[in-house]
Order: sequence, then C-alpha cells, then structure tokens
Amino acid sequence: MTKQKYAQWVKEESPNSKGPVNISKAFVSGGLICVIGQLLIFLYENLGAGEKAPVLASLSLVILSAVLTGVNVYDNIAKHAGAGTLVPITGFANSMVSAAMEFKTEGYVVGLGAKMFSIAGPVIVYGVSASVLYGIILVIFG
Amino acid sequence: MDMMMLVKAFLVGGIICAIGQVLIDYTKLTPARILVSFVVIGVALGALGWYQPLIDFAGAGATVPLTGFGATLAKGVKEAVSKDGLFGAFTGGLTGSAAGITVAVVAALIVGLVCKSGEKS
Repeated sequence: MTKQKYAQWVKEESPNSKGPVNISKAFVSGGLICVIGQLLIFLYENLGAGEKAPVLASLSLVILSAVLTGVNVYDNIAKHAGAGTLVPITGFANSMVSAAMEFKTEGYVVGLGAKMFSIAGPVIVYGVSASVLYGIILVIFG
Repeated sequence: MDMMMLVKAFLVGGIICAIGQVLIDYTKLTPARILVSFVVIGVALGALGWYQPLIDFAGAGATVPLTGFGATLAKGVKEAVSKDGLFGAFTGGLTGSAAGITVAVVAALIVGLVCKSGEKS
C-alpha cells in the first residue's frame, strides 16, 4: 500500500463526519430497523399472536441480528449506522454475539461465556436494579 | 396493513436512535454507557406510565429501541407487584424480560460456537 493510498484509506475509514451526517444516518438506519420490527408485528398479528406479537417481533430481530453478526454483516452496517444499529434491540444482541465470537479463543467459559456480557451485563444489572427500585416504590406508595 | 403505523415506527424509532448518536458525538458517553442509560430511562418512563402511550402511538418504533426493553422491565414489575406484593418487586423485571434475555444468550452461544470473528475490514 502506497503512502497516498494509505492516506486515502485512513480518510475513508475514520469517521470525521460528526454532527448532521452521523445523526441522519443513525435516524434512517434506526428507523428502518423499527420498520422491519413493525412489519414483523403485523406478520405475527396476522398469524394470531395477539398481545405477544411485539415480543415475538423483538425476538425475531434478536435472532436476525445474531445471524447477521455471525456472517460479519451487522458490524459492517454498524460502522456507517452508528447509534442506528446500537440503540435497537439488535444492537444489544450484536454486542453479545460479536463478543462471543471474538473471545472464543480465550476459552469457552472465561472467553465466550463471560465476555458476551461485557456490554449486556451492565445493561441487565442497571435495568433490573432500576426495576427492583420501582417495585419497592410501588409496594410502599402504591 | 397500516401504512401510517410504519411511518410512525420509522419516525419515533429514528428519533430515539438519533438521540443516541447525539450522545455519542457530543458527549464522552461510551456505547456501553449509552445502552445502560437508555434501559434505565426506559424503566423510569415505564414506571411513570409515559412509555405505554408511545408504544400505542409508534408500535415497534417504541418497543424495538432499548428504552422499550427498560419499559418491559417496569411493566413486568408492576404486574408482579400487583399479584405478589414485595416478592414481585424481585421477580417482575426478569420475568418480563425473560424471553428476550434467554433468546439473546442462546443465540450468542450458538453463533459464537459456529462462527469465527471476521477481519474487521
């Protein structure tokens, strides 16, 4: 790789497009993932899932994201989409799957098994703790 | 099929993700901290009863972002407390989110076992 080519490559790879461009990309990509989710909700409603349709749609997105991460597609989309692929439930699944794949070399227990929770773990810790706090408030004041 | 619902899902889901991007670009919050914040905010909005109207309005636009996961935790706790009292405060969150967490864990295990980490191109 020549110096010029390298400079061009660095320019293309480094996300210096802060602000409006990044935000628009996140808006469109995140919005599209939610549209897929809504289409799945319609599908499951038509299949008679009723109240469970939104949950089934989210579970389908988790599996879809896991598969796309497995074939190294999701991370390539995420490079451009930023928060658009991070904030949806697909980003949560991606954080687990990509860590599981990457740290498998460190072993199936302390590598794959533990590292899949490096981002999902804190999310569950603080989410569940907040919900317990809410529950206690409900018991006292409810 | 309700086209209007798709538009609303796109707009609301897009805005929630755009807020995440603003936090990435203009604050020092790391992606992990942003995800944690979104879930906790989702629990709070669910607890206040403000998130369900958003779900009614935008469907997947509200349930698919991680704030929806937080709202699910709050909803689970509310149902469990009304049924089991204080005991429910400790079971409701994980009960409500059990399917999502379980599917993500099993999917991560299977894909992690089968697939190799590719070149970060």
